Amino acid sequence: MRQILTPIVLLLLGAVLWQAVPFTAPADISEIGRRFVEFGVADNRAANIVTSVIVNYRGLDTLGEVSVLFLSVTGAIFVLRRREGLILATPTPSSELVATGARLLFGPILLFGAYIFAHGHLTPGGGFQGGAIVASSVLLLLLADRDRAMAHNALGWIESMSGFLYVVVGMVGIAIAGSFLSNKGILPLGLWNDLFSAGLIPVIYVLVGLKVGSELATLIDAMMHSGEKEGTQA
Amino acid sequence: MIEPTTLYTLTGALLILIGFAAIMLKRNLIKMMLGFVMVEAGVHLLIICFGFIPGRTAPIINTPDLLTDPALMSAVPQQFVDPVVQAIVLTAIVIAVGVTALMLAYVVRLYGVHKTLDVGRYVSLKW
Repeated sequence: MRQILTPIVLLLLGAVLWQAVPFTAPADISEIGRRFVEFGVADNRAANIVTSVIVNYRGLDTLGEVSVLFLSVTGAIFVLRRREGLILATPTPSSELVATGARLLFGPILLFGAYIFAHGHLTPGGGFQGGAIVASSVLLLLLADRDRAMAHNALGWIESMSGFLYVVVGMVGIAIAGSFLSNKGILPLGLWNDLFSAGLIPVIYVLVGLKVGSELATLIDAMMHSGEKEGTQA
Repeated sequence: MIEPTTLYTLTGALLILIGFAAIMLKRNLIKMMLGFVMVEAGVHLLIICFGFIPGRTAPIINTPDLLTDPALMSAVPQQFVDPVVQAIVLTAIVIAVGVTALMLAYVVRLYGVHKTLDVGRYVSLKW
């Protein structure tokens, strides 16, 4: 049954893609994209137009995106934290070299992640990418030493406070400029290509970076320690 | 000579088809999940291609006196690819990560309950 149905479904899907996808490059960028590129610097003073779109023009969508990430991570942690012992393999302790190397690299990687999300309005990068790098430094630490305890309370506070402050910043936009997450007249826009420029964009991206970093770190910790609460072999 | 955009879109469409084939034909949950990940990657590639124009660069403005020179300003949209699709894909990648993590968590739980990753042996799901 499956062997007959699968080729039929794949053929239909292939036909749909063949019809729907233009296989040549478009002649020009879309009208809305043209507007963003043309007025992005004048509106927000951010060199990176993609950041401008994500944090300012479509900032509400980004709030939704952050909520989706939060919900899926919460769901994953909830599913993993049920207290039934499940240990897939007994971990071998990592060697001295790996442990020392991980401790040595943790700081620089964390700093690099912070650099990425603080420069989101100037260079490729931003809150989500920087947050992922921050979480990867935590992953490195946990890979080197599985029993390292994480400060769950601190991570939870960072995560919820940054999410809360994101909404507060958006509300300030309503109070001062009349629209949610507005970037007009709240912070000075500054000079093009300065670190302290683009008004609220770096502030929001730092908050997003902190939120995504702490969320993914909690997720990694939950995955490493899933089912270990009882400490018994399944 | 084949156009680069054609190559990229074909790769994206092929990735989607391979991913769906993996979801439908494989019985191992991890392999089915990898099929999902391939579909996601193919969709991201396709969406990026909708705004990609060969010869143009990523939309990061690198002309310092852009605000003072109107002639430079009007030439700007001709230099860059579409930022809208890039923003959409950035959103989609983040959500794909979250969804993949959730899928993996369920795979771990299912393995804990059934002691197998083979969907054919999850008899409680059969009718």
